[in-house]
Amino acid sequence: MAKYLLLKHYRGAPEAVNDVPIEQWTPEEFEAHMQYMRDFMKRLEGSGEFVDADALAPKGEWVRYDGPGRPPVTDGPFAETKDLIAGWMIIDVDSHERAVELAGELSAAPGAGGRPIHEWLELRPFLADEAPAVTE
Amino acid sequence: MDDALLRSLIPEVIAILCRRGADFAAAEDAVQDALVEALRVWPADPPRDPKGWLVAVAWRRFIDAARAEASRRHREELVDREPAPGPVTTTDDTLQLYFLCAHPSLTPASAVALTLRAVGGLTTQQIARAYLVPEATMAQRISRAKRTIAGVRLTAPGDLATVLRVLYLVFNEGYSGEVDLAVEAIRLTRQLAGMTTDEEVAGLLALMLLHHARRAARTSPDGRLVPLAEQDRSLWDTRLIAEGVDVLQAALARDRLGEYQAQAAIAALHADALTADETDWVQIVEWYDELVRLTDSPVVRLNRAVAVGQADGARAGLAALAELDPALPRHAAAAAYLHERDGDLVTAARLYAEAASAAANVPERDHLTREAARLNAQLRARS
Repeated sequence: MAKYLLLKHYRGAPEAVNDVPIEQWTPEEFEAHMQYMRDFMKRLEGSGEFVDADALAPKGEWVRYDGPGRPPVTDGPFAETKDLIAGWMIIDVDSHERAVELAGELSAAPGAGGRPIHEWLELRPFLADEAPAVTE
Repeated sequence: MDDALLRSLIPEVIAILCRRGADFAAAEDAVQDALVEALRVWPADPPRDPKGWLVAVAWRRFIDAARAEASRRHREELVDREPAPGPVTTTDDTLQLYFLCAHPSLTPASAVALTLRAVGGLTTQQIARAYLVPEATMAQRISRAKRTIAGVRLTAPGDLATVLRVLYLVFNEGYSGEVDLAVEAIRLTRQLAGMTTDEEVAGLLALMLLHHARRAARTSPDGRLVPLAEQDRSLWDTRLIAEGVDVLQAALARDRLGEYQAQAAIAALHADALTADETDWVQIVEWYDELVRLTDSPVVRLNRAVAVGQADGARAGLAALAELDPALPRHAAAAAYLHERDGDLVTAARLYAEAASAAANVPERDHLTREAARLNAQLRARS
């Protein structure tokens, strides 16, 4: 019972094997991709491993404090210069092995030509807020 | 109405229905229906025999449901099989229910959820909140668990070790909502200990009580982790410690040692020391030797190395640690601690920072980061 975050990156990760930009897919290929993701989430709901998921817009900017009485500094949007997060999913699974297995399945979502994208997904374990009771 | 009483009756009633031939999932549904009925009827008209009332209503619900679903012939068979109503001893039945909920065919997450639901009587929503997952997810987890054990007969003897592992998992979740899972685990283990004379059940109960006794001292008011040596021992719950020690001693006297008893013995030696300096580390190392023999677990060996460092000096602890895989959880933290005691602050500070980045939870990470910061400040002041 450990929670993991699956992160889909627009860029920044190593290239996917089937690396055709999504806007060049056919509508059928796009629909098949979305259906794969929906089925995947549905299945995880059924297995009691789904926690949350959402998609993010590609535009994003960095924001920074710029001293007292001044508005925060923003550096963007200069989206093309940075890694961006396309979306995320949180799962709650029995083991790290299971988390890797599920990330592998998600990475196999079909892309151009109906073939799996083989995209890289970042898998990050959650830190718990509660310390385990038995650390002493 | 007494919610605690009501909850404590749930496992017994489910178990009775199962023994009368109901499938587990159907029994559970019927008991939930009966509970709803109880909440409606009891405030105005409390029954003389709450359990008998629940059994009667739940059994009627079960028969109704079976009637609605199954064929006429099947229904008649069930009704035919119904034993004469009357008082029933349920200790063995409830024990069987523990076995069923912790069945080896279930994943740990499913076994935990099912145990809290069927034996603990918690609602799906309460369990979902405690584990910070959506209620729909927890509902699926529970219904899958029910399907998995649908064909399992209650008559087969179960594996007590699996039950204990499930209860220990619940205990270690601590609490993160309205339901205090540590308290719930203690309640269920206490109930289990009343049903069996198994020494390891007593050992686990003692271990939980001894750990729980220190809970108030384990974190500061602002949420910081307080290491054992620095805990304010006046905050320890002496009543729980006394109970834990009693339970443990009675178990040890039966001379069938197991890993939970050995762990509880170590916890008892910590609880026994008025100050950290008075801790009997030599005896603690002996108990770790027993634990290594019983479990051969690398994590136990790691803890043993730290205890050796206390009993025989930091060098001896580091030598014991050197034999272990550095990839073990908390290896860097243990090494940092022993290097600091050995006077090598530079190595200790580096290892604390390394341990912090590998920590699995926020309080531990923050604690280790503070330790690294403390040593680095000392080193700067020196130069």
